[in-house]
Amino acid sequence: MKIAVCVKQIPDPATPYSLDPQTNFVVRPDDQVLDDTDRYGVEVGLQLVEAAGEEASLTLVSMTPSGTLAGIRQALAMGVDRAIVIDDDALRGADALTTARVLAAALQSDDDDFDIVIAGTESTDGYAGVMPQQLAELLGLPSLSFARKVERDGSTIRIERQTEAGYDVVEASLPVLLTVTAGVVEPRYPNFKGIMQAKKKPVDVKTCADLGIELSVDQAIQTVEPIPAREAGVIIEDEGEAYLRIVEKLEELKVV
Amino acid sequence: MTTWVFCEEHSGNASAASLELATKARSWGGEVKAFYVGPGSDTAYQALGAHGVSQIHRLDAGDRLPSASAAAALAELVGADDLVLFGMDKTDRDVAGRLSARLGCTVLSNAVDVDPSGDQVTVTNEILGGTMRVVTAATSRPVLVVARPKAFPAEPGNAASPDVIAVEAPDVGHAGAAVVLEQHVEESEGPDLGAAAIVVSGGRGMGGADEKWEPVVKLASLLGGAVGATRAVVDAGWVPYALQVGQTGKTVKPSVYIACGISGAMQHVVGMKDSGTIIAINKDPEAPIFSVADLGVVGDVHKVLPALIEALEGR
Repeated sequence: MKIAVCVKQIPDPATPYSLDPQTNFVVRPDDQVLDDTDRYGVEVGLQLVEAAGEEASLTLVSMTPSGTLAGIRQALAMGVDRAIVIDDDALRGADALTTARVLAAALQSDDDDFDIVIAGTESTDGYAGVMPQQLAELLGLPSLSFARKVERDGSTIRIERQTEAGYDVVEASLPVLLTVTAGVVEPRYPNFKGIMQAKKKPVDVKTCADLGIELSVDQAIQTVEPIPAREAGVIIEDEGEAYLRIVEKLEELKVV
Repeated sequence: MTTWVFCEEHSGNASAASLELATKARSWGGEVKAFYVGPGSDTAYQALGAHGVSQIHRLDAGDRLPSASAAAALAELVGADDLVLFGMDKTDRDVAGRLSARLGCTVLSNAVDVDPSGDQVTVTNEILGGTMRVVTAATSRPVLVVARPKAFPAEPGNAASPDVIAVEAPDVGHAGAAVVLEQHVEESEGPDLGAAAIVVSGGRGMGGADEKWEPVVKLASLLGGAVGATRAVVDAGWVPYALQVGQTGKTVKPSVYIACGISGAMQHVVGMKDSGTIIAINKDPEAPIFSVADLGVVGDVHKVLPALIEALEGR
């Protein structure tokens, strides 16, 4: 059982994001972190590997135009065995399809085919939300998408797929691509041993040229402008009577 | 140029997104066709026709997850110059991604506006929590766009009955192997979140499910409103996903939005910032929700809400 999990390093969401005035791309500092939503995919991968036993392995695959590996180490510290990282300056501003092509090439460059490829449903910074499906199509895999529960029974993966109305139970035989929602499992925190081991785990860094990929991005940013903020409201401190101000407001709006 | 609108059938109806997108596409004056996935329904066909669709190509994938076969069938239909519009529903995103890879063309996501009038199709989206507006052009054709819910109002205006053409599900091999075994509907009480005039939402600050969550439900019911929630609350399992408001949940534009114990993370604000009046209650005076609130109360939700509920019950 050979499993891959696709992750993304992003600027820390707790810090304000800014745009490079030259390119209008999001500024990516050196200390990027693992996208929090990717921890769910990593955890699903680890659980599938653990259930499969010694014959299974989990490989992390990530595209990063930044040079940093801090977020990758975070995932390795959780227990991922090794990483393939495509680090190429030419990938700055890559669209989702370019990302999918790069990840597909990286996955296909490995010796054996992967049985399961896992991804999140969308990244926290760019949230185009279509990359995993592009990857599935390029790899010729069925996509078990928006999984909120994942089970493996031999060579079959069964998921609860989140829908607008509720959920569907969907299954497919391996190989498959899985996309997982936040909340599908409780991601583990890396322990000290994991953090120490992560420093020594193999990270295979490749460029687009290594993978034989020629880039073409078919999007061009034309204008970027700030959206006027909402007019500042009234902020009051509750000293026991603030509910009356809410009642007043609801009366004013003719809600009550 | 033909504009294609993707439509997944939901309980015998056309998806809300498809009617919004058809309305927008109709305003450009060209031909509007729908690629329709589902068993088929006259109600849905009539709705699509009323919103500007002249031709419907329908694929019934049976018990298969339709994503791969729909993308393959649509790839055969889309002309080199065409524009294909998707909503943000799960299957919309599945098909948009696969179609993009199949045709080798880019997807412009999170669109709040689309303009095909120039040499290049341009799309407007809002980034960084809705603080910046970006216009992006697609430099190749055909163009695939995934639009935010409620970016365009759905307005019927046509009387024509569209032609319905059955599309055979193409053989896509293993990529089409996903089978739907069961479908479950998670009913929520009260008015529909997406359409309600009043929404009362709770965040992590409510402190838990059940009795801790109860004030949100009670206030919503007193005001005849719908209950919403943040992603953190849904991830924690306190309420079902159907109640999630935000980037990855529903986009709401009620006349009144009451945010209870919600800090105002970007991912949430994007889904509610266009509400008419926003009232926020949170104990942290630095919470970003206060920057979009018309009335902000810095206080404990478990003190303010019971007092508010009691006052409203006494009326």
